[in-house]
Amino acid sequence: MAPEPDEIVPIPVKIIVAGGFGVGKTTFVGTVSEILPLTTEAPLTEMSRGVDDAGRRTGKTATTVAMDFGRITLGSDLVLYLFGTPGQARFQFMWDDLVRGAIGAVVLIDTERLADSFDAVDYFERLGMPFVVAVNTFDGIRRHRLADVREALALADTIPLGYCDARDRVSTRDTLIGLVQHALLQATA
Amino acid sequence: MTGIGNDPTGREPRDADELGGRVRPYTITGGRTRAAGIDLPVEALLQRTERGAQALPAARMERRRILELTVEPLSVAEVSARVGVHLGVARVLLGDLAAEELVVVHRPPSTEGTNQLDLALLERVLDGLRAL
Ligand SMILES: Nc1nc2c(ncn2[C@@H]2O[C@H](COP(=O)(O)OP(=O)(O)OP(=O)(O)O)[C@@H](O)[C@H]2O)c(=O)[nH]1
Ligand SMILES: [Mg+2]
Repeated sequence: MAPEPDEIVPIPVKIIVAGGFGVGKTTFVGTVSEILPLTTEAPLTEMSRGVDDAGRRTGKTATTVAMDFGRITLGSDLVLYLFGTPGQARFQFMWDDLVRGAIGAVVLIDTERLADSFDAVDYFERLGMPFVVAVNTFDGIRRHRLADVREALALADTIPLGYCDARDRVSTRDTLIGLVQHALLQATA
Repeated sequence: MTGIGNDPTGREPRDADELGGRVRPYTITGGRTRAAGIDLPVEALLQRTERGAQALPAARMERRRILELTVEPLSVAEVSARVGVHLGVARVLLGDLAAEELVVVHRPPSTEGTNQLDLALLERVLDGLRAL
């Protein structure tokens, strides 16, 4: 029925999980989420002019981008949403909408394909949005020294950089904790 | 996936091509791609009101499904995924329902003004994550 007057509606907050194709975004979201990650789609034209004419004529469905998300209840009055989004600049129209009001972002990287993460790093840097960079350790193998990764990404010393196993609950939780700590630091700086 | 939907213009779909929400996602919303005058971030929570509950039996398609689902507070993103419509379509439909006071919107605290979240709120998020 209708909401009870004294019923607590939780405050929704969100964190963005960005990164290149196949870097482990969906895995990360699924590992910490209390629900199976859901997928929603946004048409690529959404933020510009609505349904595009080419799409109408051809009936093509390829002009959409998928975004998956999960949910973590942090008490009766607080709920955290995680949004996994592709990390290429051409999806930026979507990030502008998505990141509004976010606590911050986790940029997931695969050291084999570092360049895939440049756009996301650039984006959050320019926006001044708190972010951390997490190296997904596929199969637990740490192939590169973090100092080398930092240099390759031209990442400022102030940006937290660490390893993360996207399949591991504690590891993903700790990555989120690191981000929120960083956001607190940045907010009080 | 999606059906004919509630076309606010009252127009009937003209051909089979129009029935597919995927093909022409905004057909359901009468071509509108923006929610009228309402800010709906993806994480905003929506819950149906008393009026929403009363309107349910007469509601059709997506509107009906949304009114069913929002018996509990549900985010815009969840509505989009569970009703099977694009995020933008979900926003327009939810914007209409909110304007008609069939659902209430519980907005996150920081979407107006700065990007800066309240420190106390961040602390609570931190505590909540640590307790997981
Ligand atoms: N061994 C190992 N495999 C992983 C890890 N993280 C992800 N994978 C695998 O890598 C593949 C891609 O992971 P996803 O989570 O789908 O990556 P994604 O970033 O969501 O991919 P897209 O949405 O396609 O861009 C999947 O087959 C995962 O099972 C990891 O930490 N270790
Ligand atoms: Mg994915």
